[in-house]
Parts: sequence; structure tokens; C-alpha cells
Amino acid sequence: MAKLHVSANINGEPTEFLCEPYETMLDVLRNELGLTGSKEGCGSGDCGACSITLDGRLVCSCLMLAAEAEGGEIRTIEGMAEGDTLHPLQQKFLELAALQCGICTPGVLIAAKSLLEQNPDPSETEVRFWLAGNLCRCTGYDKIVRAVLETAADMKEASR
Amino acid sequence: MNEMSNKWIGQRTIRPDGAEKVTGSATFAADTTMAGMIWGKVLRSPHPHARIRGIDTSRAEALPGVKAVVSASDIVDFPVDTPVALGIQDMRWMCRNVMAREKALFHGHPVAAVAAMTEAIAAEACSLIEVDYEVLPWVVEIEDAIKADAPILHDFVEFEGKPSNISGKMEHKKGDVAAGFAEADVVIGHSFTTRPVHQGYIEPHACLVSVAADGNTTIWSSSQGQFMVRAMTSMLTNIPQSKIRAIPAEIGGGFGGKTIVYLEPLATLLSKKSGRPVKMVMSREEVMRATGPTSGSMSTVKIGATKDGRIVAGEGTFYLQAGGLPGSPIRGATACAFAPYDIPNVHSLGYDVVSNRSKVAAYRAPGAPIGAFPVECVLDEIAEAIGMDPLEMRLKNAAKEGTKAAYGPVYPRIGYAETVEAALAHPHHKAPLGKNQGRGVASGFWFNAGGESSAQVNITEDGNVVVTTGHPDVGGSRASIANITAELLGIDYRRVSVLIGDTATIGFSNLTGGSRVLFASGIVVTQSTEKVVSTLRERAAKIWEIDPEAVTWEDGEARPAGANAGKFAPLTLEELADRATETGGPIGAGVQLNTTGAEGGFATHMCDVEVDVELGIVRVLRYTSFQDVGRAVHPSYVEGQMQGGVAQGIGWALNEEYIYDRGGHVDNPGFLDYRMPIFSDLPMLDTVMIEIPNPKHPQGVRGVGEVPLVPTLAAIRNAVYNALGKRFYSLPMSPPKVLEALNATE
Repeated sequence: MAKLHVSANINGEPTEFLCEPYETMLDVLRNELGLTGSKEGCGSGDCGACSITLDGRLVCSCLMLAAEAEGGEIRTIEGMAEGDTLHPLQQKFLELAALQCGICTPGVLIAAKSLLEQNPDPSETEVRFWLAGNLCRCTGYDKIVRAVLETAADMKEASR
Repeated sequence: MNEMSNKWIGQRTIRPDGAEKVTGSATFAADTTMAGMIWGKVLRSPHPHARIRGIDTSRAEALPGVKAVVSASDIVDFPVDTPVALGIQDMRWMCRNVMAREKALFHGHPVAAVAAMTEAIAAEACSLIEVDYEVLPWVVEIEDAIKADAPILHDFVEFEGKPSNISGKMEHKKGDVAAGFAEADVVIGHSFTTRPVHQGYIEPHACLVSVAADGNTTIWSSSQGQFMVRAMTSMLTNIPQSKIRAIPAEIGGGFGGKTIVYLEPLATLLSKKSGRPVKMVMSREEVMRATGPTSGSMSTVKIGATKDGRIVAGEGTFYLQAGGLPGSPIRGATACAFAPYDIPNVHSLGYDVVSNRSKVAAYRAPGAPIGAFPVECVLDEIAEAIGMDPLEMRLKNAAKEGTKAAYGPVYPRIGYAETVEAALAHPHHKAPLGKNQGRGVASGFWFNAGGESSAQVNITEDGNVVVTTGHPDVGGSRASIANITAELLGIDYRRVSVLIGDTATIGFSNLTGGSRVLFASGIVVTQSTEKVVSTLRERAAKIWEIDPEAVTWEDGEARPAGANAGKFAPLTLEELADRATETGGPIGAGVQLNTTGAEGGFATHMCDVEVDVELGIVRVLRYTSFQDVGRAVHPSYVEGQMQGGVAQGIGWALNEEYIYDRGGHVDNPGFLDYRMPIFSDLPMLDTVMIEIPNPKHPQGVRGVGEVPLVPTLAAIRNAVYNALGKRFYSLPMSPPKVLEALNATE
């Protein structure tokens, strides 16, 4: 079967790629487009390490077929910082040491950004339930939750 | 301890590898790629136990796109009658673990590997390999494996003169336990079980290997030790170590599980045969079936105490699952079990038991949580029986400087009692509890470790610093190394870059394990930096034409001292670097050592739970860990280790276990059903760092990574008892088991 031709906007760039009908968005990001920041921890949508947004919606790219990207707008971890200016979440994660090995970090950051876009003032419980689809085995989650809450507070303060 | 000020040690600096980690540009093993790269896949045994009578790879080799096939005959054999130690591993078992030799020993055991143009072709080729199996009776659980009529895994393993699945024994004795129990007013003993649990790193094992025609081999892989990868791959492929360059990719979690090789030797052989770089990445299912976990256990512990709370005797027998090949962490279980206490009479006995499941790998304080769990549970009952606060009882019996541990050593200055005192004094200890809520405490010990370590500290031409060490950084060790170097040089930490060298660019360093990394690298980095400082003083002395002894190094600059004080303007690091060529050449120093003096780490944990009596769910409401951390060079990453260990312990205590079907296959090889703690399962995890500096380390470092897992299982279990009045003797305390216990009451 011939490969499919797909056009999508990825991190603000019009992008075209060819994929097999069975290939996942994660495979194409990592193996075709060189965007290896999205990670495969399970391939079954349980760990969230491959989190991206498609048209503003948080999805596991391992559960999405690459062909479904046609005409869509995709944001990955590579599109989170603006040039050499880190997103406030990225900066806060560094300041609070909210990562150890860092393999889950791209997915957690994408999911946390998506949370703050929808709910700029989340409670601890809301952060924990929103991020429940992202596994981290290193941190016990404590510093990640604090970093998300502090970022929300900072961003709220800054927007006043 | 150094006498210098602490401008950077103890500061929460930004880690040197931080920006790459939060932007997705950090390179983990699965992110690597090479021109001409092809893909490797492993064919795994569908049977838990089977003799391999023959393997026919001809159909796979004939498939278009297949470039190489390997099986056990391609791997160097280590005969079973001749032990070949490599660190704590034995190459007899390693060679049989990476590829089944005489027999497949567990479902998922590799039997062949293929390299092909695409992953899909490699997978198809695996399905074309014909293996002639003689399926054998199998045994998974310890209680079945030690029965007289159990299927025997290995003819060459004998116990008490007979073929057996008991493949090892370890014993520690102190005093006379019979006499000790005779002295006791209260004696309590019980049997306990814990289940095997996986390390649960989010990054599956991965590597990329390129073997050139002259045998020069480059390996990028996710491991806790690039030198371990080099040594094991060399021994299993017969390529000399000098021809193998093992590059440590960023590692996505290990927790002990990446202290051995699985894929690297296979990818090396496939690359050698095919002449192409070969990449291999495990699926999560492969990780769950064929790597790790730590042992399940069956143990019996008996403790005797006097009415006033003095522990007079302790006895423990621990059976630990090794998996399909010998080598469970019985030392950790037997030695750590009673280690926090000054007990005159101790007998601790451990057995290594093989069965048809994947070979265990190290997991955070290997064996220690398994030993501590029953001991800390029985102590809880003793405290209740004599009417004493369980922390007060621990304090009364706390090991301290001069106590002889049952496993041998006499303790130097340790901080165990301080962890108990801190717990007693903490507001958590007196906080009120509600209905169906309970509080538990427990303590734990881990050895910590030193060992071989190498460092190179170089001053760049523009007067900045590059430090290279040899231990993969699993949780922020580069940040701590930057703090130490900046402190010693008196410069801003942002001027120090810290890298993990590969096997060709830095001297041998033992793997990241045993909580050794900051202890060991702290010593060699300190000594290297001190040499650099001495060189800088000499260079300034040369420029000033005075004696080097008359030059001091302060705040990042050389200053004339003594009689010369004030005679010359200070020379900064930048100025001295700029004039390095004229004053004698490049400035840098390296030190390689077998570091010694790592001293034990102790922790005491306090946990509140609430039990949902309708659903059987145990929820952790509050958790505080108290730990003697020696010296917190970077407090955030010390807290991170404490919190991470607790979270893994919560999973072990409450949910994690392998479920086997009736055919001996793991039935839950994924994160959906192998239920590790998620964000919404946990509360904030409070930490209290107690700093009793290790007198044998320049910064006072003890090692902090592993002991946080040790007390957790019992702290939670004792809290569940306090909530429900039911004592559990078997983990995990998962909802079905909690409901069963609750229904038994009614």
C-alpha cells in the first residue's frame, strides 16, 4: 500500500510528511520529523510521555494515527519555549527541581500547559487529576504539583 | 569536612542539564539515530520453562530486508561450573539471561534476535524462526519452588546434597538468640510475604550500536553504567574493551534495573554480522516480561523484648525469588533487616530461590525493604504488647556510634537516633486522626557505597570550568557536582559545566548504584579541583615571582599572602587561564580512586492513611520522612530522592504486583494493570533532612538515594493496622485483600 501524504501545522510550521496508514503520530514525530522530545514509555496511552496537543486538545500521540494529523495543528514540547525564552512552566520546573531523570518531563509539561490554558487557577486536586494520565517514577509528584501551582500563581500575578 | 564557606553547597541551583530536559532536546538512547541504521528485534520464549532442542533461522534469514540473525551460539558461553564475577553479577547467568542457552527459563526469555531494514520486517522475521521446544513443568512462586517434588530449574544447583531450587544462602549471627529469647518478657513472631515489583522506569531499555569492519564498536545506551555496558558486552562478544566505546545516553530512570545489559550484546552481534548500525528498543510489554523486577519474598521474623522495651533477640529467615537464574539480593535483606537496632542476639538467614520468572535486577536498596518489612511490622506489635510508643521503643534500641551490627561492622558516627527524635518532635506525630484513619511508623537502613570513580576538571581558555565524571546522572548529580566545584573554586556555579564522560574519555567509574554517585564523585572532583587550585596558585606565583606558598586562593582569584599581601593585584581565574600558555600550559587535573568511607544511611517514616471501607482502597493522607542525609549538597535533589523512594514504596505496599495466568505467563505487562502510583493517588510527601556529616567525606556526603524506600512498606502497613485494627502479613494491601480482611471481621 502506498504511503499517505499528510499536511499539518507542527509547532507553527507548515509541515508535510509521508506515513504508513498504521503509523502513529508519535512514530512520525520521532522517526520521520526528528522531533524526539515526545517519548514512548508504553505505547498504550497509559504513561503520557508522548503527550502533544492536536487543535488545542491534549492527546497521547502514541494513540493517534499520523494520518489523523491532516489539516490539524500540532504542538509538541519542541514548540513550548519561544526561541531561548523558556515557558514559565519550563522555568519553574528547573527552579523547583520538578524533574529527576527527565523522561516524563516533556509530556508532563505539555499536559500542564494544557491545564493552565483551560483552568488558570487550579487547585492541588485539580492539578493531580488533570495530570493523572502522566506517569513519573522518580519524583513522587510533589515537586511537579508545586511547580504547576506556583506557575499558575505567577502567571495570574503577571496578567494583573 | 572542608573548612570553606558554603556559598554553593546547600544551594538549590539550576541543574546543568536542565534546559535540555525541559525542551525535549536531551538525548535519551531511543532518540539516537545513525545513517544506514537498521532495526533489531528479539524473539522471546512463549513458554515459562522449555528445553531448546534446536533453532532453525533459515526462513527468517531468507526474508527480504533481513540483514542478520543471532542466537545463543553467537554469544560467548560461560560454563555453569565456573563462576566469573563481574561486580556483583556472574557472567554465567548474564550470558544465559541475555539469550536462553540450554533452556528457556521464563515466558519472554530471549531465544533469538533479528536485524532488518524496518521494525516491521524484523518482527515478521522473528515469527519465521522455528524453535524446537521440549516444554517442561514449571514453577513460579517460592512456596511451590521449594517443595520436595518441585520441577527443578537447574541440574547443577544443589542444596544440602540434593538437586534444588535453593541456589544460595547467607547468614549473619551475633550473640546467642536462644538465650536472648529466654530473657524476653514478650516474644512475637509471624510469617510475611511480599510480591515481586518492577522498578517501573518510564523509559524502556534502548540502544544503538555500530560495529565497524575493524571491530571498533560504539554503543549508545540507557544504562546506569557505561563501563558495565562495555565490560559485559566485551565478555559476551569477545570484542576487547579497548575497541568498545560505550556512550551514556541520558537515562530515563533505572532504580537499579539498568545495572545489567539486555540488548547491548545482541545489537553488537547483529551490527557485526550485518555491517550496519543496529537500533533496539524494548516495548513496555517486553520490559515487564523480561527485565527486573526485584524479588518476591517469604519470610519469618521473631523478636523478643523485655517489659521495659529492650530488644533482646531477633531472628529472621528470608526466602527471596531470584527468577530463572540465581542471584537475589539476600545480602540486603539479611543484613539490613535488623541494622537500625542495637540487639545483643541476632540470627538472620537468607535463601536464594530460582523459579520460572524473569531474572531479578537490583531495585533501590536491593533486598533491604524485603528484610525491613517483617522486622518493622513485628516491632510495631511488640511496642503495642508492652504499651510503649513505637518510636520511643525504636529510640531506646537505636544503633549508634560503636554499636556492632549483626552483619559485621561497628558503626561510626551515624544519625539513626536523630531520625527518631525528629519524628517524635514533629507536629505530624501528634496531629489528630479521623474515622478509618491510622498512623504508622517504621525505620530502615541502607549500606551506601563508594568504589571506583574518576574525574577530570579542566579550566577552559576563557577561564570557565568543565568537569567530567563517569557515573550516569539519574537524578540531578550533575547539579551537586557543579555546587561542589564552584564552592572549591570560589566562582559562580553557572561557570561550571558538568558532563558524564564515555568509556573512552573518562577513567573507569563504577556504575550508578548503591547510592554511591555523589559520595564517590564528590571525593574525586574535590581532589581534582584542589589540584587545579594548587596549579593556579603556582601560576600566579610564577607571574609575581614569589613562592607558591605565599599565594592564597580566595573567591575565585589568586591573592598574594603573608609578607607579600597587598603587593600585587589579585589574578582572577580568567586572567590566569588567559596566561596559561606562557606560565606552563593547560590547566586541569584528574583523579582516579577506589573511594572508601561511605557510611550507612538511616531513615524513619511516619504515614497517615485512610481506608475506604466500602471499596477497600487505602489512601495515603500524609507522609513525612526523616532521614540522615549526611550533607545535602543540593537539597532539592535530596528531597527528590526521599520523595521518589516513598512513592515507589507506596506502590509496593498498596498495589503493585505481577499477575500470572495458569500457563505461567505475566497477565498484566503494562502500566494500565501493573498499577504504579499516579498523581491523584498521592499527597504531598514531606521531608525532614537531618544532616549528620559523614566524617570520611570532604563534604560530609553519605548517600541518600536508596534508604527512602526501605521503611515505607511497614510504615504504611502499620498505619493500616492503626486505622482498621487488622494486621496484614502479605503485600500488596490492594482493594480485594483489604475488602477480604474487612469482610472477615463481619
